[in-house]
Amino acid sequence: MRVVVAAFIIIILGSLLLLMASEMPTFGDPDNPSNNQVSQRYSRDIIRDTNIPNVITGIITDYRAYDTLGEATVLFAGIAAVLTVLGSHVNAGRKRGQDDG
Amino acid sequence: MADLVLQTVVKLLIPFIQMYGIFIIINGHLSPGGGFAGGTILGSSIILYALAFHVEDALAHYSRSRAKMMESAGVVAFALIGLFGIIRGGHFLANNIWGLGETGTLLSGGIILPITLAIGIKVASTMITLFFHLLEEKKL
Repeated sequence: MRVVVAAFIIIILGSLLLLMASEMPTFGDPDNPSNNQVSQRYSRDIIRDTNIPNVITGIITDYRAYDTLGEATVLFAGIAAVLTVLGSHVNAGRKRGQDDG
Repeated sequence: MADLVLQTVVKLLIPFIQMYGIFIIINGHLSPGGGFAGGTILGSSIILYALAFHVEDALAHYSRSRAKMMESAGVVAFALIGLFGIIRGGHFLANNIWGLGETGTLLSGGIILPITLAIGIKVASTMITLFFHLLEEKKL
């Protein structure tokens, strides 16, 4: 019974997703809504603004450098959490080993 | 654990992997790549060393205090570069510290090269620290 219900839900959700995917704009179509003045300005003025030929690096480290700083902060927060949780384990294990030996 | 063939091959491979990672970081504004990709490659070279040798040997090369310093230095350097933009009269992270240089040369793009370097150091250190800590936790 559970398998039938699960399969029913999966089919409904899958057909919904397929329906949405069929409504998406064609890939690479110049009339796409994503091809607005923002991306046109970036690809047109990248040489004038930053003098580098790599548009993607220009966007992530110049136009959107604030966003990249946030990404670096996310990495920092993640590693701080790992050091807090796992670091105490490592220290506890070392202390236990010293007590045994 | 100590396999002579594996350790010799790893010793031969690591300089090339690190050279490739540094190339990806430094050439990030001219060719595909950048701080995140190059930092991952740099970090994977030390992970390879830790896998072929031992975590203790790898920790002797990249100690925990150095990892902490590198982690902080990457983010702090990034933020300081951003603050210099304000000091020079622009907005935060404005590209106005040096001249923009000539298109296509290595020293061009203003603050983009130092920012890519800072991200590369940060990502490499993050990869290595995560891997070491997960390995050490498993040992207990």
